[in-house]
Amino acid sequence: MKASEVKTFYYLMKLGRRFEEAAKEEYMKGNIAGFLHLDIGQEAVSVGTMQAFDKGDVFTHYREHVLAIARGMDPKVIMAELFGKKTGISKGKGGSMHLFEPNLSFYGGDAIVGGQFPMAVGCAYARKLEGENAGVFAIGGDGATNGGAFFESINLAAAWKLPIIFFIENNYYAIGTRIGWVSPFEELYNKAKNYMPSVRINGMDVFEVYNEVMKAKEYIENGLGPYFIEAETYRFEGHSMSDNGKYRSEEEMEIFKRRDPIENLKNKALKLGIVEKEFFDETDKKIEKEIAEAVEFAANSPEPEIEELHTDVYCKECENVVS
Amino acid sequence: MLYREALNRAIDEAMEKDESVVILGEDVGRYGGSYRVSEGLISKYGEKRVIDTPIAELSIVGNAIGMAIGGLRPIAEIMTENFSLLAFDQIINHASKLRYMSGGKITLPLTIRMAGGVSRQLAAQHSENYETMLSSVPGLYVLCASNATYAYHALKWAIFSNDPVIFLEHELLYPVDMEFREVKDFNPFKAEIVKEGKDLTIVTYFKMRYDVIEAEKELAKAGIDAEIIDLNSLRPIDIETIAKSIKKTKKCVIVEEDHKTGGMGAEIAAQIMENCFYDLDAPILRIAGEDVPIPYNRKLELASIPTPDKIVTKILKWKAENGI
Repeated sequence: MKASEVKTFYYLMKLGRRFEEAAKEEYMKGNIAGFLHLDIGQEAVSVGTMQAFDKGDVFTHYREHVLAIARGMDPKVIMAELFGKKTGISKGKGGSMHLFEPNLSFYGGDAIVGGQFPMAVGCAYARKLEGENAGVFAIGGDGATNGGAFFESINLAAAWKLPIIFFIENNYYAIGTRIGWVSPFEELYNKAKNYMPSVRINGMDVFEVYNEVMKAKEYIENGLGPYFIEAETYRFEGHSMSDNGKYRSEEEMEIFKRRDPIENLKNKALKLGIVEKEFFDETDKKIEKEIAEAVEFAANSPEPEIEELHTDVYCKECENVVS
Repeated sequence: MLYREALNRAIDEAMEKDESVVILGEDVGRYGGSYRVSEGLISKYGEKRVIDTPIAELSIVGNAIGMAIGGLRPIAEIMTENFSLLAFDQIINHASKLRYMSGGKITLPLTIRMAGGVSRQLAAQHSENYETMLSSVPGLYVLCASNATYAYHALKWAIFSNDPVIFLEHELLYPVDMEFREVKDFNPFKAEIVKEGKDLTIVTYFKMRYDVIEAEKELAKAGIDAEIIDLNSLRPIDIETIAKSIKKTKKCVIVEEDHKTGGMGAEIAAQIMENCFYDLDAPILRIAGEDVPIPYNRKLELASIPTPDKIVTKILKWKAENGI
């Protein structure tokens, strides 16, 4: 636990949380619409994974704002995307669930549960063929491990020894369906253990996530094939803004809130005397300013021009070929 | 040149020219391709570029999309159009939309080849035509190869196109020896005027091209000079060529193998209504497959799709009924 790592992890997790709290507020005001899936409570997973997996290609699910931030995407352009503005990362055409930035090797934001896995496998194949060893990181939720796309993907990745990390964030609920109601067990690493090294970790501890992904990264970079990580985590909010979360007990919520990854990291660092209290106070202040600027940027950005409706359907050179 | 040889040649030349071109699908490698389209490629380009996959279509297409993101130019083969339904999520939710959803940031140079159409007694789950479903999806191009010349040029174009292309091949045509010619300035979206005529326009595509050509001989004997148009591309449809022909002939018949309800003919007819309704002297005649799953029995199977005889009979009846 190095001071520099604590500082980076804290900053990114807190930035992610404050970003999402602001997004929730803007949603309530009507500035953001559609589906908004918050990551609050799961920041250790988003930040730990992206900090460790810093080079290869990333394929994500739709709960990806904090992953994108941790990958290096500017909160301003993410917020603008949520507002549906021209300055958004996908020009306002993708929205909350579809954040993409090839310059960051981030092909995230897949809103079809499990749909990202086959693409991640294909990309891992391409990288291996090209002789790249950085590999691919594919993240999905617990619900995705019950779909055919998941099983097809771990099967092939293992058969072909592809450089890919499958990362499942198990927050126990696929919307409102507890994983154990529809799966024979809740410990999902069991599903992959016949195919590849498969571990279950504490996803509420950013260092554990970081260290485990570092280990997995080394494994795949050495050409040994895929690696599976299940991280136990919890979302403090509902599945999306339309979910009041009534399927979960207060007691259960309390247990997990006591495991808040941000507060715990801060308290531990203070207790061990690794980082001074001033750092946290100053960082919080800095983040408040950044988030306010992101909201302001999104609010003041223009809407896309109506002509944008028909662009980006096909590549330019292929449009209107019929003469 | 055999139809399947034209396809093989297109892939071979593309793989030769560009190392990033790969082909993947069930049995495409060691087996040589279920329809021998990829025959010989594995010995030339190796198993890393000619990739045998599990029979898991969602993955075949999903993997191909990932390969395209990763910098390759994949050609995914779906053995039978019916099986493409297992891959529809990846085709429609992913391949066709990634460019748009990413605001133009993601480019997918991806070709998905499918064998389709009513072949010979393969029964309902191996005999489908899903071109209408695929053609209704923005972000995809849908090409339909009825002959060796088009198959070769269009497949090569598709492989080097930076957009996802659905490439339909008819199972009955694979072993057919056809005329082949090199075409300069090839445009995959241009319809072909197979035969010029002045009395009526027959719009068709895919294997029905040949049934229409057969039927036309009988129509000629009855004194009807029909113009035959083979569409080639189903998304987009070359409505200009159709409209120009209707302006001349004033009458239009659409022949398709697909089921009539919601089939490609419905879309073509609607586009004709929008573009050249006042040029028509008679209602459009649609000759299509029956609205039934394709039966196994040969007699019933032939009854479920248009044949040269049926095309002639229906056109003559339609002419008589409309006094044209």
